Amino acid sequence: MSLLDIRNLSLSIHGAPILHEVSLTLARGDILGVIGESGSGKSMTAFATMQLLPEGAVPEGEVLLDGVDILSRSEREMCQIRGRDIGMVFQEPMTALNPLKTIGDQVAETVLLHEKVSRGVAQERAAEALTRAELPPEKFPMSRYPHELSGGQRQRVVIAMAIALRPKLLIADEPTTALDVTTQAQILTLLKKLVKEDGMAMMMITHDLAVVADMADHIAIMQKGRVVEEGPTAQIFRQMQHPYSKALLAASTHAPERSDESQEDPLLEVRQVRRTYTLPAKKLFGARRQIEAVKGVSFTLKRGESLGLVGESGCGKSTLTRAILGLEEVQSGEILLDGEPVFTGHKPNDVVRRKMQVVFQDPYGSFNPRHKVARLVAEPFHLTPDVPRAEREDRIAEALTAVGLTPGDAHKYIHEFSGGQRQRIAIARALITRPELILLDEAVSALDVQVRAQILDLLADLSKRYGLSYLFISHDLSVVRTITDRVMVMKSGEIVEEGPTEQVFDTPAHSYTQALVAAAPRLPDDVAA
Amino acid sequence: MLRYTLTRFLSLCLSLAVASVVIFFAIEVLPGDPASIMLGVNAQPDTLAALRTELGLDQPMVARYFAWVTGLLQGDFGISYTYRTPVAQMIADRLAVSLPLALFSLALTVVIAFPVGIWAASRRGSVSDVSIMGLTQLGVAIPNFWFAMLMVLVFAINLQWFSAGGFAGWDAGLLAVLKSLTLPAIALALPQASILARVMRSALLDTLSEDFIRTARAKGLTRRQALWRHALRNALIPVLTIIGMQFSFLLAGGIIIENVFYLPGLGRLIFQAISARDLVVVESVVMLLVFAVILVNFLVELAYAAVDPRLRAR
Repeated sequence: MSLLDIRNLSLSIHGAPILHEVSLTLARGDILGVIGESGSGKSMTAFATMQLLPEGAVPEGEVLLDGVDILSRSEREMCQIRGRDIGMVFQEPMTALNPLKTIGDQVAETVLLHEKVSRGVAQERAAEALTRAELPPEKFPMSRYPHELSGGQRQRVVIAMAIALRPKLLIADEPTTALDVTTQAQILTLLKKLVKEDGMAMMMITHDLAVVADMADHIAIMQKGRVVEEGPTAQIFRQMQHPYSKALLAASTHAPERSDESQEDPLLEVRQVRRTYTLPAKKLFGARRQIEAVKGVSFTLKRGESLGLVGESGCGKSTLTRAILGLEEVQSGEILLDGEPVFTGHKPNDVVRRKMQVVFQDPYGSFNPRHKVARLVAEPFHLTPDVPRAEREDRIAEALTAVGLTPGDAHKYIHEFSGGQRQRIAIARALITRPELILLDEAVSALDVQVRAQILDLLADLSKRYGLSYLFISHDLSVVRTITDRVMVMKSGEIVEEGPTEQVFDTPAHSYTQALVAAAPRLPDDVAA
Repeated sequence: MLRYTLTRFLSLCLSLAVASVVIFFAIEVLPGDPASIMLGVNAQPDTLAALRTELGLDQPMVARYFAWVTGLLQGDFGISYTYRTPVAQMIADRLAVSLPLALFSLALTVVIAFPVGIWAASRRGSVSDVSIMGLTQLGVAIPNFWFAMLMVLVFAINLQWFSAGGFAGWDAGLLAVLKSLTLPAIALALPQASILARVMRSALLDTLSEDFIRTARAKGLTRRQALWRHALRNALIPVLTIIGMQFSFLLAGGIIIENVFYLPGLGRLIFQAISARDLVVVESVVMLLVFAVILVNFLVELAYAAVDPRLRAR
């Protein structure tokens, strides 16, 4: 008998259908990968299994755990099941922990809730769980607070909480999406190890096929609240049937058609740039600490080139980006665009700045929700006051058309658009001053694979049409690989490796690049796309 | 933590210094000569001059500022122009009414607001939530002096449980003090409690939608346990801020209520002092109130640090 047996689960929230007759089974000791894009219902399936549904949700069907229907359990019974029989790990480790309680107390709470033991015993059990999650108290005292840990370490605390009582089922909802590649690889290895040790079953929810490719025993692909395809992992990859699954797989390996258009003359020159931050002293009269975020970085981006900048969070790539954009002054070194400095004196040079624009990661947070698209897209015009008003409307229409939207969209508000469309609007905003260089700061990282593929195609097309150069900043190696001619790898404020993209990824020279490439999740080679 | 406390303390001292300069010179530039007000329009010039010398008004401004500050630090607030008694004594008498009244009403505010806010937040959208929020809306809107008069009518005149006005003094015993302060404290607390309950509710609701509450529920905590163990402390920061502001307000802002109940409090003192151009009293009371506000802010900031380990680390 399977441990988890979801039969014909349908779910509606305030009358709106979310899930349609979802059926899934999961055996003890197995890992089930549930794949889908945002809105496919994969997380809702998990929350239905936990009975942690939002207000107004009405589930129908059966969710059998060990043969007993969870949907018929009372809330009181569910509170005993959650944490004891089913553990859950979430996507956002930065916010998943209570900031005011120590990690030891938070893990011990799981034990105290379900077992009649003393505080001391619960603390011992918490220490044991943290050790199993590879966050041993000898190195990371249990008296630490979440803000004293990194994202990966926090995720280990969440995992320790979920496995402290050795539950039968672990649900992991995009557990590594917010993490760097190397941290992601470590967390995935840890989860696999725990499943094996405890004979636990795991439901692993993700949008990334590559993440589950070499760990899941079974895979279920969901679309619009339905399971469209399901089966053993190897079989799924070899004989994919459903058109949606095929499209998903194609999108995740999609590489836009593009050619190297680099010319010889340099467009952006970064010479020996240093940027240090001063932090307040730890002790009352102690010396102030200096953090060197960028340690003498030099590189050149050629006209028409697409250059990648890869590195993990905290490596200094965001600081470097801000310096190039002229948002922050650097302590030493020069940044030249088209031969002119980005900073003249202590002021950013607007004549230089209008030649470059930026697209950020978050398509939701980077627009003012009270302005119409026309005004949002026209914002960079403050850099080019000489463009007459009459011409501006034409330019807005042109930019919107260029990114695949219509001029009529100018009169809508931003909430009327999907994430992918918003990122198109962000690109339109970047195009409006007819720049030569666009900085793409994790510009496709928050998007679903299919939308990401479309945006990458759009970027390739725009660079061809307008002769644009890109500086593509990302932690996602697979994306950088498809869209750049040359790539730089940054670590602790320095560029450790640089070269043609194919060469760097195929034969990485620096040990750090090797580690990064090895950590990146990969699809099996023999996939039938 | 030590660093945090010390920097906050330094900022407290600095704020006080700046405030003293502003208060002193602002009152100096106001028109009106205390000596001529004290002696009336028909005073002889030489009597006026003599009084000025006696009051120290002939000294240069900066010297008088330092004399004033040194006096303040030693507890010497000067002599009232109109009553000819030490200001320190006058303030102490008034504080004996205002401070207990402020603390009493603040305690009532917290005692009412916390349960009401928590109750409403834990039953969001329910009938009780909606009706409680409607009542707090009313509590903010009704003028407290009108409510005070109603209470006097019912509890003092009809039922005779409390006194309708006046303050018997601490010598008359705690019961007498409670009899005269309870109704004004309730009248002061009611709108404040309504505000605080609303703040408590919305802060809690914000916290309840945080990711870590979901994590707590996934561990097996009930809704109620998650609220008490995880949400409440996280919701305290905005609530503490409002409590700090409310205390400052209650200390001096009760002037209408003091008038309704004939209480000899700070609010009435400052009102009388301004009407009489008794600048020494005005200066001192204002300085005292500023001190109280800054001190309360300092305490609130310490309370933040007690609640939040991220601040302690600074």
